[in-house]
Amino acid sequence: MSERRSNVLSESSAIKPQSEASVPRLLFESGSPGRSGFYWPAESEKGQTTIPGEFLREDLPGFPELGELEVLRHFTRLSHRNFAIESQFYPLGSCTMKYNPKVNEVVARLPGFAQIHPLAPVEILQGAMELLYDLERILIEISGMDCISLQPSAGAQGELTGLMLIRAGLTEKGNPRKKIIVPDTAHGTNPASSTLCGYDVVQISSTARGVIDTATVAKVMDEDVAAIMITNPNTLGLFEKDIEAIAAVVHQKGGLVYLDGANLNALMGIAKPGHMGVDVLHMNLHKTFSTPHGGGGPGAGPVAVKEGLSEYLPVPRIVKQNDKFELLEDCPKSIGRVRSFFGNFGILVRAYTYIISLGGAGLEESSRMALLNANYIRKKLETGYQIAYGEPCMHECIFTDRLQHKYGVNTLDIAKRLLDYGFHPPTIYFPLVVSGALMIEPTETETPETLDAFVEAMLAIAQEAKENPDVVKNAPHSTPVKRLDEARAARKPILRWDPGQGGAE
Amino acid sequence: MEFPEGLKYSKEHEWVLVEGNTATIGITEFAQEELGDIVYVELPEVGEKVVKDDPFGAVESVKAVSDVYAPVGGTVLEVNDVLPDNPETINDDPYGDGWMIRVEMTDEEDLKDLMTAEEYAEYVEQQKEDDDEEEEEDETEDEEEEE
Amino acid sequence: MRYTPHTPSDQEQMLRTIGIDSIEELYQHIPETLRNRAKIDLPGGLTELAVRRRLAALASSNATASDWSFFLGGGIYHHFIPSAVDAVISRSEFATSYTPYQPEVSQGTLQALFEYQTLICQLTGMEISNAGVYDGASAAAEAVLMSRRIQPASRRRVLMSRALHPHYRAVITTYLKNLDDMQLEEIPFDASGATDVAELTRKFDHQSMCVIVGYPNFFGVIEDLAPIQAACARNGAQLITVTPEPLALALLKPPGAWGADIAVGEGQSLGVPMTLGGPGFGFFASQKKFVRSVPGRLVGETVDTEGRRGFVLTLATREQHIRREKATSNICTSQTLCTLASTVFMSLLGKSGMRRLAEVNVSRAHDARDRLASRPHLESCFSGAFFNEFVLRARNLESLLPRCAAARIAPGVPLGQWYPELDDCLLICVTEMNEREEIERLVGVIGN
Repeated sequence: MSERRSNVLSESSAIKPQSEASVPRLLFESGSPGRSGFYWPAESEKGQTTIPGEFLREDLPGFPELGELEVLRHFTRLSHRNFAIESQFYPLGSCTMKYNPKVNEVVARLPGFAQIHPLAPVEILQGAMELLYDLERILIEISGMDCISLQPSAGAQGELTGLMLIRAGLTEKGNPRKKIIVPDTAHGTNPASSTLCGYDVVQISSTARGVIDTATVAKVMDEDVAAIMITNPNTLGLFEKDIEAIAAVVHQKGGLVYLDGANLNALMGIAKPGHMGVDVLHMNLHKTFSTPHGGGGPGAGPVAVKEGLSEYLPVPRIVKQNDKFELLEDCPKSIGRVRSFFGNFGILVRAYTYIISLGGAGLEESSRMALLNANYIRKKLETGYQIAYGEPCMHECIFTDRLQHKYGVNTLDIAKRLLDYGFHPPTIYFPLVVSGALMIEPTETETPETLDAFVEAMLAIAQEAKENPDVVKNAPHSTPVKRLDEARAARKPILRWDPGQGGAE
Repeated sequence: MEFPEGLKYSKEHEWVLVEGNTATIGITEFAQEELGDIVYVELPEVGEKVVKDDPFGAVESVKAVSDVYAPVGGTVLEVNDVLPDNPETINDDPYGDGWMIRVEMTDEEDLKDLMTAEEYAEYVEQQKEDDDEEEEEDETEDEEEEE
Repeated sequence: MRYTPHTPSDQEQMLRTIGIDSIEELYQHIPETLRNRAKIDLPGGLTELAVRRRLAALASSNATASDWSFFLGGGIYHHFIPSAVDAVISRSEFATSYTPYQPEVSQGTLQALFEYQTLICQLTGMEISNAGVYDGASAAAEAVLMSRRIQPASRRRVLMSRALHPHYRAVITTYLKNLDDMQLEEIPFDASGATDVAELTRKFDHQSMCVIVGYPNFFGVIEDLAPIQAACARNGAQLITVTPEPLALALLKPPGAWGADIAVGEGQSLGVPMTLGGPGFGFFASQKKFVRSVPGRLVGETVDTEGRRGFVLTLATREQHIRREKATSNICTSQTLCTLASTVFMSLLGKSGMRRLAEVNVSRAHDARDRLASRPHLESCFSGAFFNEFVLRARNLESLLPRCAAARIAPGVPLGQWYPELDDCLLICVTEMNEREEIERLVGVIGN
């Protein structure tokens, strides 16, 4: 083992000596030939000779050969190099990093949910079907819409599905049309989904107050526009108050309104998208409904529609006949499938558990507290940072690095310095309409003391920017790794380990 | 910042070196500075036609991708084969080794729309001033607050 | 209230700081007509105990692989998952973290993804892999879209094998419907259960963009990719392979060795519970020269300011948050925690464990097939070699299924719902989770 380590060092003189503690090895850089963390006795050779030799491989070259304890140590060590909601405050704007309840995890692991096969006869899956059917009705009530599909695997896939539904509806009327209107504050998935659906994107500018106005939409709305995609509240944390008028303008010319429901955490009990003139929307269960982010998923992005689009929804649909649940595949106008089987069922179970835990009143309270927490931070940070928009925000607020510019300190520096204070930075440099944006969404599960500690850290950094800018510009200082060379990673991409490699070049 | 005299410049921050009927094209020092460390360059093939004011390639940094527009129309004669493996050459020497393509121009008239070094220098100054104005405003506001 | 910690005095203090009298003031600006109708009409909240009981009741009315004998495959597989897998993915540092946008505090996730990418390359024999997509079906659709980005505009015809998983074919169809320039052509399968190569060859022309086949295919058959790859190469089309059961790749010649351009599939069978078919994850691998056309996240190796090795999300300019409408895909949140599960699974099994597990599957599945096919009214449907799934034709399928249900056996997936010509056929999967005596019982119930 030590031999291998010294090879690593000698081949790469550019790196400083690394101790085990400072840089973990890769799975492939440890272990011993023949070692395995899995025991299963050999069985007969039956069948292996029926597979022709030219279809077989010799070996799995490079695959790890580690014992069980080695594997556990490896991943435990890696987990220590990760930041998570349960470690500290994670105020990523538009991500809704609220607490992920443990009861959801216990429930999702019940064999009756984890050990069931999607192609088993539906008669022996009635509990699962009931959960899905119930969840559909619950999300319809929350959103104020009429019908829903739980199939999409994430918000972006929900968007694509929603746009496909719009396209199907318009195609049946004779013309799918060519364009989608997208505000400049939109999340990147909005234009990307539009392109995937065969549409061109028409971008419109928000006003100086950070919202889109009816006049701007009216100027670009014509019979070539299939839909407008609106996020409400928008990515600046502001309620799009013209939304009903905008919807009217769009509908008047035969277009439809898509709502990106990523910020639904601000609206529960306050306003329902279904009443705003919205025709299609998606929800992010891994945001508003507490399912864990997992380092990048899995999530779920159910898409809800008004009655007029219901016949285009993906199949299968779950229907109830005489107290039994059945699957309806024969929906001739359906757009088909957007993924295999039923979607991310395990995530749907978690969201369902969360919703029935809270009940209607609990969900409403969550939004109220989310607004309270965001505005509390907004008020306290105003003393040290420039706020992007003057009005009260909803569940998230946006600041800029303008006041720190003169000291040569920018948003990236502030974010990196926050890491030294033990906080995960807010979302940075998004949305693009705010230069140097710091988008802060505390969520409702944080105590005022946590918010105070965060504000204290931010104000301390603002002070450091004035008095000792270098400590901010060279941050982070106390994380397991310092700032990483992203240009190098992009110029000569190394996307896998290879036997010849010994760490970085 | 450099603005070499012998070149012509476009509003999209490309430069052109005219030699007879051949135009060598690249991006300016200002452009590479705005982009940051360049990690990848997308170039056309030899023989391809480029259309004036249409994108002929792209320059990618870690955080952004910028289309590069043809200041003149023509057919691609040569492509700088140093750039695929060493895209940072554009950062190091934007007007020399960092050239991108050479084209045979179809229409000399295209050159009329381009700026001289002096005009481009002013244009860049103006862009920077607009940014500085915003900063100045902030500083005045701060000063007022402090008073 | 559940999960919101604010006491009345907390709220009072915060309202004072903000300078308002009530929380309602924070949303007064929202039109009254909306506020008046916003009440969420759902029952009140429940205690944690009540929630657990309620969900347990729902769960108990589903038949699990422990209550019944499952011989079900068809894209979701019942394999053993070592306890250590859940121990790792239950760690909140992995489960509750976000996409690793701040790499300095996400080296855990990033390194695990880098290791995942490596394992997928090793398993598929391809040069590069991304950090995962939603599932095998969307991976197949994204592979076709990637081919569309690479191939010239004159090539827009997709040749899709009918022996590819029906859900995957459906998703590809749905995705392509919205793109005016695309054509989709289905290639039939032959008596061996594999793609009809003669038909495929006939269908090639200068517009062919790519060929997409299962490997193994939906019927469990191991396709001979040599003639398919040769025809692709001759005609300038790309070869895309789709593997719903990647455990097979521990034994079979991998797609890269056959010359595939893009190799995708469903990763659920490697360490993720069946969970009614989701979440799992789609794996996506290709060749280095196509890296800028790959969808989804990519994790790359680099160094920090002090020379330490570290990992970052890279080539992000392909992605939606930068490239927006010109992005390679719209994918943002993916299936990271599931790819982590498979990484732990593959590390535990390792080189020898993967092969051992695959061999056990082959052995049990072939044993079952031989015993069943020897019964008078049952016969093997296809002649092609298979891994752990095969198709059985039963003259009396209609009467067999209720008999099996009564014995708490799910004998396989009836194929008639997708292949009318196979409406007397069952797709039977046998894994290491099916004990000998279970297989005997199956033979007993359907073999007579």
